[in-house]
Amino acid sequence: MPDLLIELFSEEIPARMQAKAADDLKSRVTNGLVEAGLTYAGAAAYATPRRLALRVDGLTERSPDVKEERKGPRTDAPEQAIEGFLRGAGVTRDQLIERDEKKGRVFFAVIEKPGRPAAEIVAEVLEDTIRNFPWPKSMRWGAGSLRWVRPLHRIVCLLTREDGSEVVPMDVDGIVSGRTTEGHRFMAPGAFDVTGFDDYEAKLKRSHVVLDATERAEAIWQDATNQAFASGLEVVEDKGLLAEVAGLVEWPVVLMGQIGEDFLGLPPEVLQTSMKEHQKFFSVKNPKTGRIERFITVANRETADHGATILAGNQKVLSARLSDAKFFWENDLRVAKSEGLTAWTDSLSNVTFHNKLGSQRDRIERIAALTRELAPMVGADADLAEQAARVAKADLASEMVYEFPELQGLMGRYYSDAAGLPPEVGAACQEHYSPLGPSDDVPSAPVSVAVALADKIDTLTGFWATFGFPTGSADPFALRRAALGIVRLILENDLSLGLYRVFYGGAAKRAVNAADSTNPVTQAQFRGMIISKYRDVLADLAEAASAQTELRATGAIRKKTEVSEFDYADWAAVSAHNILQLHEIEVVEDLISFLHDRLKVYLRDQGVRHDVIDACISMPGNDDLALLVKRAKALQSVLETEDGENLVQGFKRANNILTQAEDKDGVEYSFGGDPKFAEDPTETALFEALATAEAKITPAMTAQDFSTAMAAMADLRGPVDAFFEAVQVNSDNAVLRRNRLNLLSSIRSTCLQVADLTKIEG
Amino acid sequence: MDQTITKPRSFQEIILRLQTYWAGQGCAVMQPYDMEVGAGTFHPATTLRSLGSRPWAAAYVQPSRRPTDGRYGENPNRLQHYYQYQVLIKPSPPDLQDLYLGSLRAIGIDMALHDIRFVEDDWESPTLGAWGLGWEVWCDGMEVSQFTYFQQVGGHDCHPVSGELTYGLERLAMYVLGVDHVMDMPYNDPDAPIALSYGDVFRQTEQEYSRWNFDVADTDVLLRHFEEAEAECARILDQDADDPKTGKRIIMAHPAYDQCIKASHIFNLLDARGVISVTERQSYIGRVRALAKRCADAFVTTEAGGYAA
Repeated sequence: MPDLLIELFSEEIPARMQAKAADDLKSRVTNGLVEAGLTYAGAAAYATPRRLALRVDGLTERSPDVKEERKGPRTDAPEQAIEGFLRGAGVTRDQLIERDEKKGRVFFAVIEKPGRPAAEIVAEVLEDTIRNFPWPKSMRWGAGSLRWVRPLHRIVCLLTREDGSEVVPMDVDGIVSGRTTEGHRFMAPGAFDVTGFDDYEAKLKRSHVVLDATERAEAIWQDATNQAFASGLEVVEDKGLLAEVAGLVEWPVVLMGQIGEDFLGLPPEVLQTSMKEHQKFFSVKNPKTGRIERFITVANRETADHGATILAGNQKVLSARLSDAKFFWENDLRVAKSEGLTAWTDSLSNVTFHNKLGSQRDRIERIAALTRELAPMVGADADLAEQAARVAKADLASEMVYEFPELQGLMGRYYSDAAGLPPEVGAACQEHYSPLGPSDDVPSAPVSVAVALADKIDTLTGFWATFGFPTGSADPFALRRAALGIVRLILENDLSLGLYRVFYGGAAKRAVNAADSTNPVTQAQFRGMIISKYRDVLADLAEAASAQTELRATGAIRKKTEVSEFDYADWAAVSAHNILQLHEIEVVEDLISFLHDRLKVYLRDQGVRHDVIDACISMPGNDDLALLVKRAKALQSVLETEDGENLVQGFKRANNILTQAEDKDGVEYSFGGDPKFAEDPTETALFEALATAEAKITPAMTAQDFSTAMAAMADLRGPVDAFFEAVQVNSDNAVLRRNRLNLLSSIRSTCLQVADLTKIEG
Repeated sequence: MDQTITKPRSFQEIILRLQTYWAGQGCAVMQPYDMEVGAGTFHPATTLRSLGSRPWAAAYVQPSRRPTDGRYGENPNRLQHYYQYQVLIKPSPPDLQDLYLGSLRAIGIDMALHDIRFVEDDWESPTLGAWGLGWEVWCDGMEVSQFTYFQQVGGHDCHPVSGELTYGLERLAMYVLGVDHVMDMPYNDPDAPIALSYGDVFRQTEQEYSRWNFDVADTDVLLRHFEEAEAECARILDQDADDPKTGKRIIMAHPAYDQCIKASHIFNLLDARGVISVTERQSYIGRVRALAKRCADAFVTTEAGGYAA
């Protein structure tokens, strides 16, 4: 059983691509070998800046022989058909056998595919892997057309057995396979031959190459923490940086350097970001003071002066970088202290947020107005919240954030504190971008929550009104993230927030106005557009006694029946303002259902059933997400009980019978039954149970105590089941029948108070 | 340790050593292009010659102007006028990395003491419609060169691929010479009878151009020049390939490309004057790119571009 060694030796592979490339090499080659009929005992892949390597142990020598039978024509078929079959199967007449089948005697060709030696298969699979390798970006070089991540120079491909090793011969666009590779570019120049994986790994190490990235990363971390510890310091952990640095070196040498005294006053995040982004340095902090005082850099070689030259060079580069950072920091602080953050906010009127949605300054105005509206709903002081919203994005105009965009928010907090603003304002500067993802922390300070909500609602409404909702995977403005942020801010702070009120309160209007102001249409065009587009909405609105008091106050909308064609036209011409409001209403309804979609995803991840969510979304007050979730969780837990589950069956049965009867009779049975017409004891019992349940449910619902309401509802299960067991609803006695249908109607309306049980599956 | 390495003593010595080194590697040592450009890549010896099938090897110094980087000569590292050293070899030779490292050795960098690294950095020029893959080369954590394998220029796939090396000369020289402020760097031999520093040569011009770039340049005139260069580029390329006077086929790719360079530099000046908004920016870049593309289209139909009659 031979072992296979592959090495693809190239110019420097980007660090970020190495780990995946090693995995891809392993899976593509081993899958190819297995598909071709070989098996193996184990495989492992490795990457360094200059090579991908793969070992496959215990490979079979050959793929097995395969015998395949192919059915041909009947023996009495015309000669041409038989000859055609012979050609197709690639056999001669004497290789055919005959066998009796149902339809007669038939020829069979027996095709024997002999197994192939491992070397042949390996060469094919490796060439195919090289030519179709899934690099995120690949290139051509020289005069050739082969693609690789950077120029590919050597291919080692060896099968090793106890009696020695053989090169698997192959030639990929002039790169001929062999057993020769190279060690460290500077510490061990020159090529050498290898005989198998153990020999390869050992010789590489002698040539100053650590093949395994994990081993390099562990060595770096160990050495870095040891050096820091010896000075009473500790390295700031950064796994991403560690993996990247391990991909930049073949022979890691850890060096610890000093940060100039001048720079120690910079905020630790600034030091850390500058050192990491520009220099790929680790930060080393003093655990007593929390300050970052030194750095760790990882060189790719040992030197006679033990890294002194390298360290001095790195320190010099760092000083130049930090001088820039210090310059920005001091300039920014001066501006913050002397002019306050509003100077920056003002300058943001020259910075475009989006060409359809105005400048950053325009955006801040919208967010500030919305924050003010939201403040009382989230328990924040309105003046303070608005003040925070007005400066929360000021740092975008600071020099530091221009240089390091990832420090946005955090710098705002520093500058807000420097300007002497209240701590709540500084916190909002930092926290209002959160949560950025599903696992990011959600702010809880009321002022931060108000600004964070306003920021996300503005993004959502503005882009929504301008471009519509994201489709498929394309979500260029990250609207799903903004919507999830809104959902999490509301739920995780348990905010009772009517979203209709929030959106109608001005958010959508401002966004729609911003979107429409760049897209002027004439009054006449607008009028025509609106009449055709909003006819249905107008009619629906007239019936809906919801929040559109403004609209009704104008007298534009009366009863559906009163609205004539003329009314629409007249109304549209008169009141452009209200037309925009109608536009908003459409936007608002879409927005809420978009948020419901995000909510469903969020709740599904928490194990809430989708039909349970749907049953609760159908209920009034569904724009209060916290309430909606309370309802859904109560419903889910009732459905997990036997009574709950069975009650749903009983409810559905009652609902079906009732609906059919109502359809047939053309009436609504909604008066409620009268116990005095009850004939069967189960019927009487159900009346009593219903009264008991109702007495519990009504106050519980008023108190939004869904658990109690649903438990009371579940108590109906026994009486309902007994009723259906004993009683025929559609009795011949019309009085009895009507009374029973009215009883079913009471059951239906009682149950539907809690959730739309018709949506529950099963 | 490499015993043959001697340290250069001045900015110009580093340039001279690079010239000698790359001449020794067989490159045609060319002179700077006589127009204002933002980087050595704009020289037609790179942009146009990287197109088409004919082999090419050139090395040259290119004075480069980035008006927005002006700091009145006060910043230790930033200049609105600086020098790039540029090498372009087509097709890229298999040992280009070794050739490059040889050039570092030639200017006195001792590989036994320094840490040289090739760190991923892909290059893209939206104005030239060009991109390539490669690295920035680090010496002890400092970026000393860009190393790029051109994949596309002016919208054309590069076939064969050119290898391009760009050295930021001031920064590299400051490192090699151990100088902290660019203006303190010896320009010629510090023991020469008239020893000149970089500041002696350039401090005043940095001040003058910084003022002009940021505050004085007439933006109306510049805007007009941009339009004119754009129109002239198109007009040149619209001419019939056959010259009525000589009866020869003469496609004027280079004169047209000069207008493209001009438009690009004027755009940079307008940018420094702060009169171009974020949205307009994209549109200006797109207009320059359209010119570069047309010039590239024209060049590949010329003899130097590999056209065979």
